[in-house]
Amino acid sequence: MKQDIILAGVGGQGILSIAFVIDNAALKDGLNFKQAEVHGMAQRGGAVQSHLRLSKSHIFSDLIPKGEADLIISVEPLESLRYVEYLNPDGCIVTSTNPFCNIPDYPPIEDVLMEIRSVKKAVLIDSEKIAKKAGSSRAQNMVILGAASKYLMVGEEALMEFIKVLFRTRGENIVNMNLRAFQVGKEAAS
Amino acid sequence: MAREILLGDEAVALGAIHAGLSAGYSYPGTPASEIMEYMIRALNKESGFKATWCVNEKVAYEEALGVSFAGKRTLVSMKHVGLNVAADPFMNSAITRINGGLVVVVADDPGMHSSQNEQDSRYYAHFAHVFCFEPSNHQEAYDMTRSAFDVSERFNIPVMVRMVTRLSHSRSRIETREIKKENPICYGQGQDWTLLPMNARRRFAHLVSVQPELIALSNKSPFNLLDLKDHDKSLGIIASGIGYNYVMENYSNQENCPSLLKVSTYPLPEALIAKLVNHVETVLVVEEGYPLIEQTIKGLFGIPEKKLHGKLTGHLPRTGELSPDSVREALGMNPREHLRIDSSILASRPPQLCQGCPHGDTFNALNQTLESYPKASVFSDIGCYTLGALPPYKAVDSCVCMGASVSMAKGGAEVGVFPSVAVIGDSTFAHSGITPLLDAMASNINMTVVIVDNAAVAMTGGQPTFATGEKLVKIIKGVGAPEEHIRVIVPLPKNLEKNIQVIREEIEHNGLSVIISLRECIQETKKKNKKGAK
Ligand SMILES: Cc1ncc(C[n+]2csc(CCOP(=O)(O)OP(=O)(O)O)c2C)c(N)n1
Ligand code: SF4
Repeated sequence: MKQDIILAGVGGQGILSIAFVIDNAALKDGLNFKQAEVHGMAQRGGAVQSHLRLSKSHIFSDLIPKGEADLIISVEPLESLRYVEYLNPDGCIVTSTNPFCNIPDYPPIEDVLMEIRSVKKAVLIDSEKIAKKAGSSRAQNMVILGAASKYLMVGEEALMEFIKVLFRTRGENIVNMNLRAFQVGKEAAS
Repeated sequence: MAREILLGDEAVALGAIHAGLSAGYSYPGTPASEIMEYMIRALNKESGFKATWCVNEKVAYEEALGVSFAGKRTLVSMKHVGLNVAADPFMNSAITRINGGLVVVVADDPGMHSSQNEQDSRYYAHFAHVFCFEPSNHQEAYDMTRSAFDVSERFNIPVMVRMVTRLSHSRSRIETREIKKENPICYGQGQDWTLLPMNARRRFAHLVSVQPELIALSNKSPFNLLDLKDHDKSLGIIASGIGYNYVMENYSNQENCPSLLKVSTYPLPEALIAKLVNHVETVLVVEEGYPLIEQTIKGLFGIPEKKLHGKLTGHLPRTGELSPDSVREALGMNPREHLRIDSSILASRPPQLCQGCPHGDTFNALNQTLESYPKASVFSDIGCYTLGALPPYKAVDSCVCMGASVSMAKGGAEVGVFPSVAVIGDSTFAHSGITPLLDAMASNINMTVVIVDNAAVAMTGGQPTFATGEKLVKIIKGVGAPEEHIRVIVPLPKNLEKNIQVIREEIEHNGLSVIISLRECIQETKKKNKKGAK
């Protein structure tokens, strides 16, 4: 039993927070994991991705081989497409539909969404609208995590537990808002 | 035994702390920064040791040497090009009689994710005749760092731990072991540390004489694994570091993997390599970095009757980092099936200066001033401001190594470049910019140095800087720059016209001027506001 996941987004969108929650939840569920991160120039609006591998047995490579990924979780639509060749033929994309346009040649968003829909299993989420409903557009990463949760091999309970841990220092309101974002994200995907 | 989730870098740091570390030193640099960051965070929890950022890698290494002289264990960490800066103390320390264990961790960046080159530090270990560990995973990063201290003290040499980006910045779980006590203080002997020729000759002869023992240590090391298969002798693999992971990734289980030698230590385990090579017809060498193992085995003439495959033969790419996919191809397997899309839609998204970054305002002012000087050259340096090379600014003409902006501007100016402008950050200035400025000042060269002082080492995540604001001005005065040509500007959109005026005046001044463009990195301002709000 294994699951290979690519997390994608733009620097500052909080994909490492998603990784933190899944990593810890996996450990709690007794799984091995490896998670290759990108550090260094993250805060400057460049493309960011992380390879996250979960398995019951030993994991060798920190990087996912092309064609092995089961899931792409992306907080930005164009970024969800950047790593499609890592997906296996039955692989699934869970992505936000809200573009982050900080480049002059961002393609027309309809084209981007059409390309995403060409993948057999694609879950598209208006994360901005849903996050605002939950309390703040900054919780989009947790909306997307919620939307992806039913595809993950880690349990929902463990995920929720580490969302609490992640936001603990910011006070109860922020914790609850992010838990809400996770829940509405999950509902939006089903 | 406890379990922890750690980055590869953090596993190194924790291994050192648990090995009885007394002091750690470093200068920031991707992908090594997280080693020191972890140590500094651990300071509050685990008592005893010291851990500090230093002004540059050479200083960091020499401070570690002082600790070793006093008989205590010390770790110095840096990115690969940092070892170029620290090469002088590194090479010479191999001749001294290291007293307390000294471990130098060097994080290479194959693929140049955030570096100027992809040099392979294993060559430095070889060059200095010292022992080197190359971990392939987090547990090994922890365990090998611990062992490195023991080897250092047993042979009285510095020992290197070679990391690479993919391990440094990958997170996984490790199991920790008992925490050792620090060494008692115990001074080194003068004749072993004073590298006058008479001492240095004796010490170097000693270093050469222990090489066979280091090779023997490699041959016996539990980190080097030899697995010879009798059923198939056609192919054998020598894999080192994370190259080993990429090999194993392509075999569903250990049984169907060909004969394999996993190399984790240098000098190379010669006896084990001989056994593998003798056992098979074709040897594939899989190593991250330059083809060091492959070239060593091949020598000038290769091995009669055997085929040797690797980077030199084109079976693996010579540049960039390895991947499970490139190794798969070298193993002669078909690529896995994968999804495809029309990739023409993938507009690239390069990193860019943050919205409102002070460097953007400095470049706007500089670019507009230089519109009237079509022959201007802007020699830049390394930091966030190097992104000024990209659109929309396209403001700089060079970026070579830390400090080179000032020295290159001097060289250019001397042979007729005008205006000759250097752009350098405050941390880079402290690291390597003061000495070239002293040099340029000595002959009052006609050039303009712009110090973009954002009060942080921003590029690598906002570590503290040594010379900012008032202190920076004092240093520049001390170097001998005339006070009327040391100008401070504040890079903000509302100051654009004023700033253009200042830059123009200083370019027109026939001699050396220094302009300090002073405004805090906005990421640092945000961090402080967050802390204040708590
Ligand atoms: C010898 C060496 N050490 C470290 C680095 C990594 N590095 C790149 S830029 C930089 C510092 C940048 O600080 P500063 O000059 O203040 O510019 P800022 O990023 O703050 O704009 C460092 C440490 C390097 N490239 N070379
Ligand atoms: S981190 Fe600071 S210095 Fe770097 S681009 Fe952002 S604001 Fe500018």
